[in-house]
Amino acid sequence: MLEIKNLHARTLDIEILRGINLQVAAGEVHAIMGPNGSGKSTLAHVIAGRDDYEVTQGEILYCGQDLLGMEIETRAAEGIFLAYQYPVEIPGVSNKEFLRIAMNSIRKHHGQPSIKRTEFVSLLKENLSRLGMDKSMMDRSVNEGFSGGEKKRNEILQMAMLQPKLAVLDETDSGLDIDALKIVADGVNALRSPERATIVVTHYQRLLDYIVPDKVHVLAGGKIVRSGDKSLALELEDKGYGFLQELALS
Amino acid sequence: MTSENTLLEEFVQREYAHGFVTDIEADAIAPGLSEDVVRLISSKKNEPEWLLQWRLKAYRHWLTLEEPNWHNVKYPPIDYQASIYYSAPKQRPKLNSLDEVDPILLETYEKLGISLHEQKILANVAVDAVFDSVSIATTYRETLEKHGVIFRPFSEAVHDHPELVKKYLGSVVPYSDNFFASLNSAVFSDGSFCYIPKGVRCPMELSTYFRINAQNTGQFERTLIIAEEGAYVSYLEGCTAPKRDENQLHAAVVELVALDDAQIKYSTVQNWYPGDAEGKGGIYNFVTKRGACRGQNSKISWTQVETGSAITWKYPSVILQGDNSVGEFYSVAVTANHQQADTGTKMIHIGKNTKSTIISKGISAGVGQNNYRGEVKMMKGATNARNFSQCDSLLIGDRCGAHTFPYIEVRNSTAKVEHEASTSKVGEDQIYYLRQRGLSTEDAVNMIVNGFCKEVYDLLPMEFAVEARKLLSVSLEGSVG
Repeated sequence: MLEIKNLHARTLDIEILRGINLQVAAGEVHAIMGPNGSGKSTLAHVIAGRDDYEVTQGEILYCGQDLLGMEIETRAAEGIFLAYQYPVEIPGVSNKEFLRIAMNSIRKHHGQPSIKRTEFVSLLKENLSRLGMDKSMMDRSVNEGFSGGEKKRNEILQMAMLQPKLAVLDETDSGLDIDALKIVADGVNALRSPERATIVVTHYQRLLDYIVPDKVHVLAGGKIVRSGDKSLALELEDKGYGFLQELALS
Repeated sequence: MTSENTLLEEFVQREYAHGFVTDIEADAIAPGLSEDVVRLISSKKNEPEWLLQWRLKAYRHWLTLEEPNWHNVKYPPIDYQASIYYSAPKQRPKLNSLDEVDPILLETYEKLGISLHEQKILANVAVDAVFDSVSIATTYRETLEKHGVIFRPFSEAVHDHPELVKKYLGSVVPYSDNFFASLNSAVFSDGSFCYIPKGVRCPMELSTYFRINAQNTGQFERTLIIAEEGAYVSYLEGCTAPKRDENQLHAAVVELVALDDAQIKYSTVQNWYPGDAEGKGGIYNFVTKRGACRGQNSKISWTQVETGSAITWKYPSVILQGDNSVGEFYSVAVTANHQQADTGTKMIHIGKNTKSTIISKGISAGVGQNNYRGEVKMMKGATNARNFSQCDSLLIGDRCGAHTFPYIEVRNSTAKVEHEASTSKVGEDQIYYLRQRGLSTEDAVNMIVNGFCKEVYDLLPMEFAVEARKLLSVSLEGSVG
């Protein structure tokens, strides 16, 4: 589904990604771990298409298409979803309205008619209860005045409603207590299917107790320095990231 | 990295949908302003002597005034002798019915989305259509008259109800009030007159649609609304003009009078031609709007959505004279391209327990400059008066500006004034977030802007809220690629 080849990306003055290679097949869950500043979030945003990063080398194929040539909203409509580490507030726009417009924008891209109100409402109800969210949150402005946990849950709700093919979760576990973590993980696990893939970007191993990955990659210095199965995450927890820094330098 | 800024630059390209010209023969007087011109306008309208004298007093007073320059807008000097002060479509129909209105004019209003055929009109809205210097049609007159509501062109009201016009004309905005109000008082041509008798709740929305068509012509309309004891009226005003390269002057005066327990809700959607992307052309909109809450428990609300004009200069105000009276001002003002707005309100608290609320939302894009200027005055007798003001500015791109000038004067120690202000930018992170959820950049900006204006939209009458949303999205079209 996703094929990243020798990806280099930079901001104005710093090269952050220095040759990433990664393949994610449909049905898989990949975890990307690494110390702060290793380029995890950058990778997530380059996949989503954020303008702040310039890709200087390499390519990304998504379902066989050149992803880097696509607009942000086209990527979204084609099924890429990024759960933000810091979800953005949109004052005066109700969560419900926002969700409905987002769903319809994506449907429009695929030449489908707008979702029926009744269908939307029942889908929303179902997902709210699964995520243990109060429906009053739907009438509040998008993320405005939400607690950290509420914001993260709101991201997962959007993901559940938009049903992406490839979900990228950028440190969704940060700032969550253990109960919230479980709910978020349940939301992600509910989306697991042979047609979908997930990339979980995280600093800590604990989220992976609940979202069990097929593969774990360790990012350091802008490169994937090790890949393995879920046991790699446990090993990391044991040894810390220190030894990987050395790996990256050598 | 640069793409976001380029996108913001492109945001400023936009189309003005009402820029067409109606080809109709006009009875216009020569450009220029003098006592003779004032007399000529008065005689064309067959006015009584007292009104002519009032106009002349205004004109003589105007000659002694200097054009104000305290506002934060820039424009080249206006040549008042170059403007035409009266232009009316020829064969002015003696209006017995709409069938006698020139079909070209009806077509013009159809094109603007305002049908003057009663059966086709938005349900429950009576319309007075003012074309350049004259009113061409007023709908639903008979229905309204059954309720005792008088709604007609100002020039007709002068003849049909001289006692009311004489009593109230200039009673809220005197002819000597300010430079533009004096000019208007001297040369005003038409406008709407509304009178809601005691205890009557006006059965429909009243609406005036102002259209400037003729070239080099200024529009100087005058609106007077009187709500007697316990009366209620909701009044809507809409404005458009053709695209022209030269600037055109619009200097209107609106006076509202609310007696005991009366309520007037006045809504404006102003979409005068704003000029092109380079700042050429557009309407200079210098307007004096003021309401007097004369009676106890009376209430006046101004709600405005200002998307047009090259320059907007207006401060709809309320004089809170009656005890327990309420004044409200809710505004959305957009300046894109080279538009400039210096707008706000004045709340003058005189009576006891008077209350005012000001919510102002300014949106700037391109190199637009948006100024909020508001005055809150608590006079000696304004015991326990309250004011709450909130001024929010939203910037789109990094070449536009927003400025807030609040003036507060309190002479009563029990009065309370609160002022809040904020400035925010349409964030690249917001646009990115919404695009990541599938919205185009334009839809994203619209969503952010609409969210920003929500508090004011919620107060507009239904049809106008829809109109305002559409207008705003057209105004900002192309502002962000």
